Amino acid sequence: MPPPRPPARGGRGSHRLRLALLAAALLATVVGSLAIGAGHVPLGRVLSGVFSPDGGSRAELIVHELRLPRTLLGIAVGMALGLAGAVMQALTRNPLAEPGLLGVNGGAALAVVLVIAATRADDVLVCVWAAFAGAAGAAALVYLIGARGRGGAAPARLVLAGAAVNAVSSALTAGVMLLTPHTFGGFRFWQVGSLGGREMPVLLRVLPFIAAGTVLALLLARPLNALGMGDDAGRALGSRPGRTRVLGAAAVVLLCGSATAAAGPIAFLGLAVPFIVRTAVGPDQRLVLPYSLLLAPVLLLGADIIGRVSAPGELETGIVTAFLGAPLFAVMVRRGRTRDL
Amino acid sequence: MTRLRAEDLTLAYEKRVVAERLGVQIPDGSFTVIVGPNACGKSTLLRALARLLRPREGTVYLDGDPIGALAPKRLARRLGLLPQSPLTPEGITVGDLVARGRYPHQSLLRQWSREDEAAVTEAMEAVGVTGLADRVVDELSGGQRQRVRLALVLAQRTGILLLDEPTTYLDIAHQIEVLDLCARLHEEGRTLVAVLHDLNHACRYATHLIAMRGGEVLAEGPPAEIVTAELVERVFGLPCRVIADPETATPLIVPAGRRRTLTAENL
Amino acid sequence: MRVLRAGALSLRWEPRAAVVCGVLAAAAIGAAVLVVGSGEFPISPPDVVRAVLGQGDRATGFIVTALRLPRAVTGLLAGLALGLSGAIFQSISRNPLGSPDLIGFTTGSATGALLQILVFGGGAAAITAGSVAGAVLTALAVYLVAYRRGGGVHGVRLVLIGVAAAAMLEALNSYLITRADLREAYEAAFWLTGSLNGRDWDQAVPLALALAVLLPAALLLARPLGMGELGDDAAQALGVPVQRTRALFIAAGVGLAAAATAAAGPVPFVALAAPQLARRLTRRPGPQLLPAALTGAALLACGDLISLHLPVAVPVGVVTGVLGGVYLAWLLSTTGRKGTT
Repeated sequence: MPPPRPPARGGRGSHRLRLALLAAALLATVVGSLAIGAGHVPLGRVLSGVFSPDGGSRAELIVHELRLPRTLLGIAVGMALGLAGAVMQALTRNPLAEPGLLGVNGGAALAVVLVIAATRADDVLVCVWAAFAGAAGAAALVYLIGARGRGGAAPARLVLAGAAVNAVSSALTAGVMLLTPHTFGGFRFWQVGSLGGREMPVLLRVLPFIAAGTVLALLLARPLNALGMGDDAGRALGSRPGRTRVLGAAAVVLLCGSATAAAGPIAFLGLAVPFIVRTAVGPDQRLVLPYSLLLAPVLLLGADIIGRVSAPGELETGIVTAFLGAPLFAVMVRRGRTRDL
Repeated sequence: MTRLRAEDLTLAYEKRVVAERLGVQIPDGSFTVIVGPNACGKSTLLRALARLLRPREGTVYLDGDPIGALAPKRLARRLGLLPQSPLTPEGITVGDLVARGRYPHQSLLRQWSREDEAAVTEAMEAVGVTGLADRVVDELSGGQRQRVRLALVLAQRTGILLLDEPTTYLDIAHQIEVLDLCARLHEEGRTLVAVLHDLNHACRYATHLIAMRGGEVLAEGPPAEIVTAELVERVFGLPCRVIADPETATPLIVPAGRRRTLTAENL
Repeated sequence: MRVLRAGALSLRWEPRAAVVCGVLAAAAIGAAVLVVGSGEFPISPPDVVRAVLGQGDRATGFIVTALRLPRAVTGLLAGLALGLSGAIFQSISRNPLGSPDLIGFTTGSATGALLQILVFGGGAAAITAGSVAGAVLTALAVYLVAYRRGGGVHGVRLVLIGVAAAAMLEALNSYLITRADLREAYEAAFWLTGSLNGRDWDQAVPLALALAVLLPAALLLARPLGMGELGDDAAQALGVPVQRTRALFIAAGVGLAAAATAAAGPVPFVALAAPQLARRLTRRPGPQLLPAALTGAALLACGDLISLHLPVAVPVGVVTGVLGGVYLAWLLSTTGRKGTT
């Protein structure tokens, strides 16, 4: 296989166009997310609601206090999950790799349950820190277990280690939850990922981490390409697989740790988005990462809007993403050639 | 009368038709090699001959019976196949892997007969892997692994062997080693059908050559009779000269030079 | 390997695998005896055995056979079924993660049970029926979606579609739990953890019947299953009816997972860990069906024993999750050899 070359000029131009279209789609979903919901807001009021709420109008208040934080959170969480999924699948060379599989969701959930059980409060801000610490701890543990022994952190070992850590933490979560019934009351809502009911401070708290993770991940595109050809081929091309893995894992922890902390576990986005993107643009990480970054928030906000309008009591975002993502994913699996998987 | 022949085959994957109204006969006792450019349908034809692909139309006959009607094990006792990229179960040893070739001869009450044991020993000796019997297959070199794979098919003890690109991923020395091994198996009386990429290898080892392009057979016969510069040009679109192989006197294809050779004259 | 021959008859057996099976069976039964002996009214192991054989005093006999034996037997049988089911699916998918937990069948089973608990308010029998129906319908849907004319069902495709189904059903389960009232949701969450509390013969008998049919059938057909690991083409060329074998084993594996889940809830990790442990114990390649089943039984029985002796009462699922996860993590970090991951 020849080393990755920069795409031809014509190809780059068409990608620019496609990325621009995707960005436009993102903008459209953002507007939709601000304008659509249970309380009716005239389209004209949306802009003034975002930028200069006078505080008097109920419609403007809805936009500014409820929908704006929710939308911003959706963008941030979507980007983080899409990118984290892409990096993780490249790292493990496994299309089944998902943030949830590397123990991140399990670790976050366990930490949240422990905090709720200990403090008897389900303050969202406390949960954010707890979830973040739990996610990071679980990912670090997975990496330590997977990287021990000869041969370093081979993909299959990482995924198996992730399954092990996940199993332990979800068992402990269930244990804590069943022993302290008051925890269960709060936790069952956290357990379904949702963008709703989060206020601005939640977003501000995780934003620096998401930003750092995004930059790190995008810088890794080239080394990840080299890694995609196998450790030996990658090494021959001058990349350092060990370093790429550590940095990649750090990016994944930052991204999914903060996303899960802010919105709870959102099913399927991290698995489906990179898969869809790879089918469309091929395996070059320099394309996969930016496309995933833009496509994921479009899908997440889209799912959130659907959740708002589909049921009287609102469906949580995580439920909608699963129900939309899964069939789409199944269709793509059926179309794709299995040997590429 | 030939044991293995195909009539009027139309071969297709999902909607893509690879070949239409294709007919071939594999001469008994021959070392038949199918050659052709990439995507000409040669591997597809081999898969159809092995019943891995059900033809959309037409029939493959083995000993006069349509192979679609044969019980799977019965077919596997007469016809063996070395697929292009077989999988290796994790942690399996050479001996265990070769023993899997006895599957079509075994049953619930006949799990490991003396004949099974003899066939496996013989197959491992034939390809020279007896000393590796207790090694784990994952740890072997590419050449050794391919020999082990051949041993598995040999242990099947079939009169006809189909080989799908048996030399891919091997270096030149191992390619020749595997092909020499195939030639020996052929001399011992087996009918071999192989898909090969290298035309010179095909000419050297085949007793019967089938040249395909675009799902059609353009020529077939002994290499010495059919391989000409025109045929190579027609099949591969490659201008060339055909000379006698200095080692074996079989046809040797020398691609036409696109660059002038550096000689004293044109310097 | 040893061979027994008599005329045309020849049988092969592995001394090491036979010893491993013997030890595992002894461990499982020993743990089950101790489980029966544990409780507010402790009974010594000899008394337990006497009571089971109908030779003890009447009070002990009643406690053992009517109250505690069903629990122990359900645990043993569910462990057998889960271990076997896991070995089947890991062999079919050629993937150590291809266990029924991961590819949706157990989740579907849980959905069926949750619908009974939360929506229809059914009793124990209805929950059993619901969970079996859930597993079977999920498996049928996954199989049909993964099926492709001409190509049949491919291992990787089956796993991917199954993962999609699992994510969707997981979301549905969370949705059901958030919408139910707290007490019922708590009961459902308890069931979802996997528990042997309060099991009686009504749960053990259907499971025993399912095993009586499926276990021997699976063992008799084990050889073609193992041949599938050579790749579809090679197996078919050796005379294995690959698609038919696969369909039969999927049916058997689903039946086993469904029966176990119906009786004990979705006990985590047994199906995932047991086959892996069994392979390392027997040091044999290919699906080790009987050792995997016995490992499952030993895991579940030991887990139950531990859960009974913990200072706080937790369901067995918590223990198996922690135990299995820790053990798999330990295995991963100590066996670094290539090819054993």
